[in-house]
Amino acid sequence: MKKTLALILSLAMAASLLSGCVSSREENTFTSDTSGNGTGDTSGEVQQTSGGEVNVYNWGEYIDESVLEDFEEATGIKVNYQMYDSNETMYGKIAPGGTDYDVVIPSDYMIARMIEEDMLEPLNFDNIPNFADIDPELKNPEYDPENLYSVPYMWGLMGVIYNTTMVDEEDLGSWDLLWNEKYADDIVMIDNSRDAIGIALKRLGHSYNTTDTAQITEAVDTLIAQKPILQGYVMDEVFGKMEGGNAAIGTYYYGDYLTMLENNPDLGFYIPEEGTNIYVDAMCILKGAPNKENAEAFINYMCSTEAGLKNCEEIWYSTPLMSVREELDPEVSSDPYAYPDEAIMAQCESYAGLPQNILDLYDSEWTRLKSASVD
Amino acid sequence: MRNKWIAAPYVGWMAVFVVAPLIVVLVYALTREAPDGSWYLTAENFAGMAGYAAVFARSFLLAGIATVVCILLGYPMAYFLSRERGRLRSMATMLIMLPMWMNFLLRTYSWVFLLERNGFFNTLLSSIGLPKLDIINTSGAVVLGMVYNFLPFMVLPIFSVITKIDNRVIEAAQDLGAGSFQVFRRVIFPLSLPGVLSGVTMVFIPSVSTFVISRLLGGGKSLLLGDLIEMQFLGAAYNPHLGSAISLVMMVIVLVCMGIMNRFGEGEGEAVLL
Repeated sequence: MKKTLALILSLAMAASLLSGCVSSREENTFTSDTSGNGTGDTSGEVQQTSGGEVNVYNWGEYIDESVLEDFEEATGIKVNYQMYDSNETMYGKIAPGGTDYDVVIPSDYMIARMIEEDMLEPLNFDNIPNFADIDPELKNPEYDPENLYSVPYMWGLMGVIYNTTMVDEEDLGSWDLLWNEKYADDIVMIDNSRDAIGIALKRLGHSYNTTDTAQITEAVDTLIAQKPILQGYVMDEVFGKMEGGNAAIGTYYYGDYLTMLENNPDLGFYIPEEGTNIYVDAMCILKGAPNKENAEAFINYMCSTEAGLKNCEEIWYSTPLMSVREELDPEVSSDPYAYPDEAIMAQCESYAGLPQNILDLYDSEWTRLKSASVD
Repeated sequence: MRNKWIAAPYVGWMAVFVVAPLIVVLVYALTREAPDGSWYLTAENFAGMAGYAAVFARSFLLAGIATVVCILLGYPMAYFLSRERGRLRSMATMLIMLPMWMNFLLRTYSWVFLLERNGFFNTLLSSIGLPKLDIINTSGAVVLGMVYNFLPFMVLPIFSVITKIDNRVIEAAQDLGAGSFQVFRRVIFPLSLPGVLSGVTMVFIPSVSTFVISRLLGGGKSLLLGDLIEMQFLGAAYNPHLGSAISLVMMVIVLVCMGIMNRFGEGEGEAVLL
């Protein structure tokens, strides 16, 4: 009897642990035993440091993990690698303090917000000589005008991904497809406030960066109207949804579409005529990072041709590194959606940092959308 | 004196990991951050709570359904298990426990693949010529996830209480002419109620606060309380003050529910059901 009781008690404890567990699905710690001595360095570009470690917090499915091992081997710095699934998740984890991440890779608008809130450390570009290889077009961007805090990692376009066997050709072309009742229960919507509200704003002909509260509320109203025909809100779950034909229509980033296409040749992609988002994800160092120099060495390594090429061929996002673009298969580097020409660029708008009252509005409107009943 | 010392680590643990966090939650719930970064005392976190009434209602409803299903499935299971002896019983107990050895997230994830539109069940159905079922991303799928994950917490307490029932009590009832149904109704069931009550607590509370199950199996469309709270901390809408306030309200409601239920249990036997 005691045994059963002990069993039940331990189960209860396990249960309380489980119910309190954060969504750790995206958080795998990458550790490796390779503790190189730094002499086997072949890239010639890597700064030598005296070992130690670096804590990196990046998007899920956003790196060729062998690059981390290469870096460890080349520098002797151990990489602790964790992942998040949206800018907002990353922000929510870091904002209260108490984390010891060194490198984070947020998107443009989030970098603007983090600079504004004094969460980032200025970089020492002497330690990042590979910055010279970054496309000049991407230097001194709007979100970091003097380019003090960030080094671009990848960039790309957002668009609509659809299953050619399930969606009729004539319905394509606009963001309206995501609101098309013909495909009720076959649509998955992106699960973060900036992208979802942004899509609704664009569809109504407004700017992504509007600070007109009426336009934002109107956009969220249309999202609430869309909710009943959605299958769900997803981030990286979209891979399984689209690859397995479990949903017909989704919206995500072009690089990820190319990855999905490898697993499901029936998928198609287009840029809606109302325009879309062009984004840059850039590497930054957090204020008070315990391993700043190692972090700079890491950023520098990620900007090496070798690492850049590996990452690019793994995740298929657009690279900011000019040397990598030259090395890429011409079929890839001339892909009009990966490296768009001016006509497509004219349709794109990037996210700018928003003032605090609008950010608060996004938060409360997002809660309003998500808590709205569908039945 | 000696007893006190033995309890010290436990008291320390409770103070650091239960009482202190509760105080933090309380402080957050009663404050807001001003634009200049300073905090001020306010009740405005609670002002909008009525707007989430639907979310509260849905969470308690789904958790309630899951709990009832767990009783209906778990009670007979526990009852028959307790009447078995020897290897069959230990084998069956093991089978109930077995899924618990796997990670909670993995178990829930596997349901996604089973229930997905082109998942295992639907492939099976269509291969024998039956129409596909849309289970994933419905409230039904969420309840299924809750029942699957928390059923052992219903079975085990009931099982342990029933096995503890003194056989002589049952024999006495039989001697006095009770049939097997009457023995169950008048003797075994009332005596097993404490087990049911603790099972209800252990199923209902994690169900009402879950967010992983509703996220994965509900598609993030029908928000539950857990999702709403998680959103305020890690999700898209960063507002730990509101999140704390919602948590607090949820805790109070759960406490009230549990209080009422325990009352029910104390009244004992005949007042309950049947």
